[in-house]
Amino acid sequence: MSNGERAGLLLSAGMNSGRRRVVVTGMGIVGPLGLGVENVWSRLIAGESGIGEITQFDASDLPAQVAGEVPNGPREEGKLTLSEWVPTKDQRKMDRFIHMGLVAATEAVEDSGWKPQTEEEKCRTGVMIGSGIGGLQTIYDASITVHEGRAKRLSPFFIPSALINLVSGHVSIKYGFQGPNHSVVTACATGVHAIGDAARLIMFGDADVMVAGGAEATVCPLGIAGFCSARALSTGFNATPQQASRPWDKDRDGFVMGEGSGIVVLEEYEHAKARGAKIYGEVIGYGMSGDAYHITAPSEGHYGAYRAMRSALQSAGLTTADINYVNAHGTSTMADDLELEAVERLFGDDAKKLAMSSTKSATGHLLGAAGAVEAIFSILAIRDNVAPPTLNLDSPSRESVIDRVAHTAQQRPINIALSNSFGFGGTNASLIVRGV
Amino acid sequence: MSEIADKVKKIVVEHLGVEESKVTPEASFIDDLGADSLDTVELVMAFEEAFNVEIPEDAAEKITTVKDAIDYIEKQKAA
Repeated sequence: MSNGERAGLLLSAGMNSGRRRVVVTGMGIVGPLGLGVENVWSRLIAGESGIGEITQFDASDLPAQVAGEVPNGPREEGKLTLSEWVPTKDQRKMDRFIHMGLVAATEAVEDSGWKPQTEEEKCRTGVMIGSGIGGLQTIYDASITVHEGRAKRLSPFFIPSALINLVSGHVSIKYGFQGPNHSVVTACATGVHAIGDAARLIMFGDADVMVAGGAEATVCPLGIAGFCSARALSTGFNATPQQASRPWDKDRDGFVMGEGSGIVVLEEYEHAKARGAKIYGEVIGYGMSGDAYHITAPSEGHYGAYRAMRSALQSAGLTTADINYVNAHGTSTMADDLELEAVERLFGDDAKKLAMSSTKSATGHLLGAAGAVEAIFSILAIRDNVAPPTLNLDSPSRESVIDRVAHTAQQRPINIALSNSFGFGGTNASLIVRGV
Repeated sequence: MSEIADKVKKIVVEHLGVEESKVTPEASFIDDLGADSLDTVELVMAFEEAFNVEIPEDAAEKITTVKDAIDYIEKQKAA
């Protein structure tokens, strides 16, 4: 099929039928692999890991002692100096997840070059940044203040520091974006839902530009202890942190908590073209489903994942033959094989040509930010025709015809990519992107 | 400058992230030092904590400048 025919097919079908096209014109990441999209991407492709011992608090009495923390340091080294992004006096008015969101949103907005001048332009620019959990450390600290009988000393900034939609709020205030101001909360599926929903707001005409993604900062005592209690975190690699996140490997024993944020600037295609914006890719498919099964475990066969991916394909008017790369949810838990099974079932014979990797092997699991960071990785995989690697996949627990890109990145033609995110509560979301 | 005035100034600098030279007695928290209504609530709490005094809401509402804060606290401490 020629590119022209393909474009015609895409435009005539499903999600894009008579609707406005949505492209990505700006991207920002801060996470365990550092600051800046190009820096993080090159480290990812080089097979580097962002996982290490927990340093933000003393985790020695917890079963899980490793995490993907954002590295502190100079910007030119791809590290974070928070005061360069959030004024020191404002930092204590926001939980760390809001800091993360502001950093990545600032990167993305500046990268896009979009500076609305008129009231109309400002009103046509919105924000939809979610979080899986929100200000957990802030809630912890405030609880102690109340417990100590000092409720009257509770900071007036406690509530706005902890609220999930305050990333969207702060970004809108910083830039004067007066369009739809919204926030998604679907646990580990948040990032994909935020981008997919924001894309639909643009398609349906509610906005021309949306800043969308997820932010998370739960490398804190409640976050680690809570997921430990749910038996969800890796505990067997405390002495070798970089081996702890090992999707599909037979020795995997849980996910590794990561922190950070991924944000994209979504823009209506003609709007982006008219201002000569750099276009990274296009959001062409989005599918959602619910497991209706269990609060934390996917069902046998992961039919929820299957239906989310199928629905995304339908909305894009594509078949499995069109997908070259899947960025898996792949958290390094028992559920990895269920996702694999669902992808194999959906793709059938097309699975043989497919590359699928889990970048959580390098970043850990950024919960509500994961889907957004991985959507960015999917777009870059298309731009550079590179499938990022799955680290630590030494010995798969389940054989598959799908190439899971073990250990090292692969140069291969990637025109269209699908990214999966699944969350507690049995919520599933898949996003399909392509180059433009 | 009294010990109280010195301490008030320090708290204001720290909480509002402003230059020390701007924290003059006449400076208004909101008009001159960039505070919003939540900042002023937090400032009053910080004064209460630092000086071990109670500042009731109706009194807090009248504390709008650095001097207001110093005067109120000095009066409480003298009482």
